[in-house]
Amino acid sequence: MIKIENLSKKYNSKGNSVVALNEVSLSIKKGEFISIVGPSGSGKTTLLLCMGGLIHPSVGKVNIDGASIYDLDIKERAAFRLRNLGFVFQTFNLIPYLTALENVQIPLSLAGNNNGNQTERATELLETLGLGDRLNHKPRELSIGQQQRVAIARALANNPKIIMADEPTGNLDPNTTNETVTYLNLLNQTGITVVMVTHNPGVAERAQRTLRLVDGRVL
Amino acid sequence: MNLRKIILKELLERRKQFLTSFIAILLGIIVIVAVKSVSNSSEKAIAIQLDNLGANILVLPQTTTIDNYFAADINAPEMPEEYVERIASSSIKGVDNMSPKLSARMNIGEHSFVLTGILPKNELASKPIWQTSGFADPGLQAACDPNNIMNTSRGYEDPKLQRKVIDSLGEYDCITGSDVASKLNLKEGSPLEIKGTELKVASILPQTGTVDDGRIFIHLRTAQKILGKKGVINAIEIMGCCSAISEGLLGNLRNILPDTKITTINHIVQTQVKTNNTMAKFSVIFLIIIILVGGISIGNYMWSNVEERKKEIGSMLAMGASPQNIYYIFIGKALILGVVGGVAGYLLGTLAGMILGPQIADVKVLPVPLLFVWAVLIAVGVSVIASYFPARKAAKMDPALILQEI
Repeated sequence: MIKIENLSKKYNSKGNSVVALNEVSLSIKKGEFISIVGPSGSGKTTLLLCMGGLIHPSVGKVNIDGASIYDLDIKERAAFRLRNLGFVFQTFNLIPYLTALENVQIPLSLAGNNNGNQTERATELLETLGLGDRLNHKPRELSIGQQQRVAIARALANNPKIIMADEPTGNLDPNTTNETVTYLNLLNQTGITVVMVTHNPGVAERAQRTLRLVDGRVL
Repeated sequence: MNLRKIILKELLERRKQFLTSFIAILLGIIVIVAVKSVSNSSEKAIAIQLDNLGANILVLPQTTTIDNYFAADINAPEMPEEYVERIASSSIKGVDNMSPKLSARMNIGEHSFVLTGILPKNELASKPIWQTSGFADPGLQAACDPNNIMNTSRGYEDPKLQRKVIDSLGEYDCITGSDVASKLNLKEGSPLEIKGTELKVASILPQTGTVDDGRIFIHLRTAQKILGKKGVINAIEIMGCCSAISEGLLGNLRNILPDTKITTINHIVQTQVKTNNTMAKFSVIFLIIIILVGGISIGNYMWSNVEERKKEIGSMLAMGASPQNIYYIFIGKALILGVVGGVAGYLLGTLAGMILGPQIADVKVLPVPLLFVWAVLIAVGVSVIASYFPARKAAKMDPALILQEI
């Protein structure tokens, strides 16, 4: 499903060249639950964002379902993300001035759904994640765990084939961490491929496979 | 949910930050609209005053002097009456009314008067002061712009008034100035013989303190017969729209009547042009200020807004928003800022003009609908241009720099 070939990414900062990813090659099968671990600055997030079509690599290819995503133009790549990928972030990145329902509606709106369909789908997702009574609450009115569940609902809005989670439990207490990883496991059991970056060895163990990244290379 | 709702919700959420930029653009538009409203009304008021003076352009034979005209010199040169038709049939704009005249000084008894042949409808329409004589309806007024709402009458366009004027001055009727009436002991209806032609006094004008007090006005055709000067006149008084005068009406008249002398009440026109130019300069200065202050304020606000919303932009891109969507969110916000600022600025600026106009320019100020379009266009233009670079930066943001959290 995901095939990465000789992927390298260099950043240039103040005249210095920093290698974030160094000739990374890997394959992830459809329906796998992969965790990516490694020390800070090892290139975990860069790898995830490259896989998600958000950072153009310096060298190499990313193929998802046979499509070389960096051969697509920016608009096509955005449409590809909209149809196929869902992102979950450590700090949730919910839009603070929108309610839980409206946050989940955004990807549905970008996909061209009308307001009725958006509301129906977003409500269904939030109710499934136990937030039926928090539809009209803004992120600041929700607990950390509830915010992360809204973020998961938002990632699932357009029925993505792949969930990319960047430290989804980094800001959560042990109970909520467990709850979040359980959700990801449940999603994976429905056939969704999950790629999760994490620092937490306990969380990483709950994936089917773990990739260790050090200095931009997969060990 | 859609991008428009996102823009509106963000505006409402961060309204305090929005308010500073909004006030900058609002104040600029208020000042521009207020200045333009006052100057516009001032121009119209001057135009009406100028029109109410009567004729403001004189067409005289080439060799005539202004003194000849006012003295009604018996030897004053003449020109063909056909010139009137030449003006009327031309496409020149701004000629509101014309009054061809043939004048000559003559003695009746021991007294010397000026006999003036006129075409009555035109003459009366261009002399509002005559309206108080009872000869014409008091509502008869001439104005530069008959549609001008400041002018309560349709003036000489009113067919009822026109008929009344024409019917009242028959071929052998005359209207006399107050001096003529007192010296010859005339009343309305009195007979008056001039060179063997019997006339009847149709009306006596009130005292004006001008040369008109010593005039006897009769029909142009009758005057031509009495004076033996068929088909000629020695002046055409024209009531020209004052704005048309400043825009070259005189030059246009000279083009079609090259062998005449054309003069105007120059100082009045010049004063008006000077006032208009001063107001126009003020407007330009305020326009520059609004572009600089408003533009910088909005640009600064947008840069901060883009910085503040980096994570939101990153999330939107990750969710599948295209750079164009991000661009639209910021430019859409600038559009709203411009439209709201323009509309509110127009309303408040007009209100300010209506309140301040009578105090600073002694004119009644009325709303100018065209300024609404300009206010919105300027506000939107400034807002969108100032937001262009911040919006472009947002659309081109590198998600790697936004979303890397570890």
